[in-house]
Amino acid sequence: MALHPTLARLLTRRVVITDGAWGTQLQARGLSGGECPDAWNLSRPADVESVARAYVDAGSHVILTNTFRSNRLALAGYELANRVRELNVAGAQISLHATGAKALVFASMGPSGKMLMMGETTEEELKAAFEEQAEALAEAGVHGLVVETMSDLAEAMIAVRAAKSTGLPVVASMVFDSGKNKDRTMMGQTVEQCAVALADAGADVVGANCGRGIAGYLALCQRLAQAAALPVWIKPNAGLPEFVDGKLIYQTTPDEFAGFAPALMDAGARFIGGCCGSTPEFIRALAAKVPA
Amino acid sequence: MTDLSKLHDAILNGDAKTAVAVTKEALDAGANPMDLVTQYMIPAMDEVGRRFECEEYFVPELLLAARAMKGSLELIRPLLAESGAEPVGRVVIGTVKGDLHDIGKNLVASMLEGAGFEVIDLGADVPPEKFVTAAKEKKADIIALSALLTVTMPMMKNTIAEVERAGMRDSIKIIVGGAPVTEQYAREIGADGYSDNASGAVQLARSLVTKKAA
Repeated sequence: MALHPTLARLLTRRVVITDGAWGTQLQARGLSGGECPDAWNLSRPADVESVARAYVDAGSHVILTNTFRSNRLALAGYELANRVRELNVAGAQISLHATGAKALVFASMGPSGKMLMMGETTEEELKAAFEEQAEALAEAGVHGLVVETMSDLAEAMIAVRAAKSTGLPVVASMVFDSGKNKDRTMMGQTVEQCAVALADAGADVVGANCGRGIAGYLALCQRLAQAAALPVWIKPNAGLPEFVDGKLIYQTTPDEFAGFAPALMDAGARFIGGCCGSTPEFIRALAAKVPA
Repeated sequence: MTDLSKLHDAILNGDAKTAVAVTKEALDAGANPMDLVTQYMIPAMDEVGRRFECEEYFVPELLLAARAMKGSLELIRPLLAESGAEPVGRVVIGTVKGDLHDIGKNLVASMLEGAGFEVIDLGADVPPEKFVTAAKEKKADIIALSALLTVTMPMMKNTIAEVERAGMRDSIKIIVGGAPVTEQYAREIGADGYSDNASGAVQLARSLVTKKAA
């Protein structure tokens, strides 16, 4: 299958640098624990835009959006289910405004937080929720969609199909944090099962994010690349947080993180960014390590 | 006579319908409810835990087994209460204040119920005082705290402090878990135990109530 033209243009680079974490950046600007980060797209757009801009300035070729939770089911927990459209459109516009022509915007679509297999939601409900979100993001003009941080392959496939219906290129990224080798999803699916099924569902790029530190991503990249024959997207955590002098600190430094980039590229990674604990400094360090 | 190995297997296979049917049949035939729990159901859940440890089972199988166990227990629990039998222990569980994530917490709650604990589930976004009040009211042995977000992890520490303020710290065990939580963090905040999975949380809870009884 031919690459989506947007991806073909991006992938003339050896590796595309994406962004780092948003949640911790918003916290640094005053977001509190119980607040819905996505709500800031409406209440504090300038702060959200400053995060987006920090990543563009650090060297991101693609940035995401502050819309991770902006599906009807996840928003219901914050009593915001009736604001799906507004939150997504605002989130898309903020990132698009921050990038100008300097970077592309791939909008973030996270999980519903409901368990399909336990009957907490249905396939129909998930499909409707992801379609609603994907349509709002597409209409706002984003360049791609990223279905990310998924723990259940069944839900991820529904989200990918919903995202694909917009005609935009779609990245599908799972969390592999279970099993002895931390190479399965919470639901027990293997890297290979995920890569193959997500490709079948129409994903243009397959990937992994969150879950674990960057060292474990070398094997994940190889396995994803082999199983799906699609470009691979990764966003590792900056390690697990440790408690030092009463504060939570992510122990991986930007330089350590970026030091893995050459090996990750050899292992097949075409899109590299960071998840929890990563900052614009991580992106800057990455940008310095990879060919321009 | 009911073939009770069917109860064991139904739980192991996550077949709630059969588990409930066999339980009902056995109780109607006069089986001792406590024996059903200790000889068939808990061993089945132990086997589920073992299979989880060696990666034959994953979260879906745990959830299904726990649901089958729960179905049977709903029939058995009223009878146990009548006979004055005590649960293995009482656990007050919840996701800490500011955090809405409940998948992991629900899983641990189901597995604890499956292991014969009485579980008082306070849900998500639970303020420290609510843990204390519930633990006091229900005479809980254990408070189990969950957090998925690094920003809400410190709320675990606050909750432990609230238990201390209430003068209950010496009489109750506190266990913690959730994706960003580590053994080291658990020690730092003065929790009594940590597990990175639901099956391990059950073993931990068991060892804590055993120590307490000893």
